[in-house]
Amino acid sequence: MANPKRRHSKARTRQRRSKYYNSLKNPEVMECNNCGSPKVYHRACPSCGFYRGRKVVEHTELV
Amino acid sequence: MRHRNKGAKLGRTQAHRKATLASLSSALIEHKKITTTLPKAKALRPFIEPLITRAKVDTTHNRRQVFRHLRSKDAVDSLFFDVAEVVGDRPGGYTRIIKIGRRPGDGAEMAMIELVDYNDVKPDTGSSGRSRTRRGSGKGRRKKKDSTPATAQEPETPDTAAEETPAAAAETPEAATDEAAVEEAPPTAESTEEPKQAAADDVADADGTDVEASGADPDDEKKDA
Repeated sequence: MANPKRRHSKARTRQRRSKYYNSLKNPEVMECNNCGSPKVYHRACPSCGFYRGRKVVEHTELV
Repeated sequence: MRHRNKGAKLGRTQAHRKATLASLSSALIEHKKITTTLPKAKALRPFIEPLITRAKVDTTHNRRQVFRHLRSKDAVDSLFFDVAEVVGDRPGGYTRIIKIGRRPGDGAEMAMIELVDYNDVKPDTGSSGRSRTRRGSGKGRRKKKDSTPATAQEPETPDTAAEETPAAAAETPEAATDEAAVEEAPPTAESTEEPKQAAADDVADADGTDVEASGADPDDEKKDA
């Protein structure tokens, strides 16, 4: 079985994570024009189901 | 190289994939609007649009050719009788996909796909008058944009409303023109009073297809302000 030759130091772990986790970004969020609750751009509003001024999804089928 | 690798496999064998698309198409033809995952919606569009195009000419041969893909007599009937009539002479682009968000459980991106002619409501946005632009037409755009809003909206709404409901044709044009008037009023008011607010609205209202245009808009508005 292949085994690590050297101990992986905390510094190495943290250097890797600082690059990776800092590169993660939250999706851009805006206020819904209909109800004002936060929604992701280019998606129907999760709370009221509106997109571009019309009701796109019924509340029951919303995720 | 992904030459000749068009289309999504959806993690299925060919037979399974064809069956999936057939049943999605039948569902869309029956209900005019269905909710599914985004990859399936995107795979469905190039599958069903040629079928709708074929349905415009009602011949036995066309019906058989469509049946090969739909595998449902009811769906074929509905497509050739109802859908083809409502679609009229729209030159392609029969479906609209709107992203809904991620579903709990597996986090799959969901989308709503609908037949445009059955759900034709003009989006009431500040960007409603925005003219379509193509790459390389960047400089002359601002002038076009100013001239279009009033003309672009009015002729379309009464027509489509009349097509949708031939029976209630007498009533709808009035309502449609009223709506058009209401829709036109707010954007102009906003743009004069609160330019920054209008800019924010423009970005907010843009849909997926207009990413390029919406990205450029705030800059335009700032120049004005």
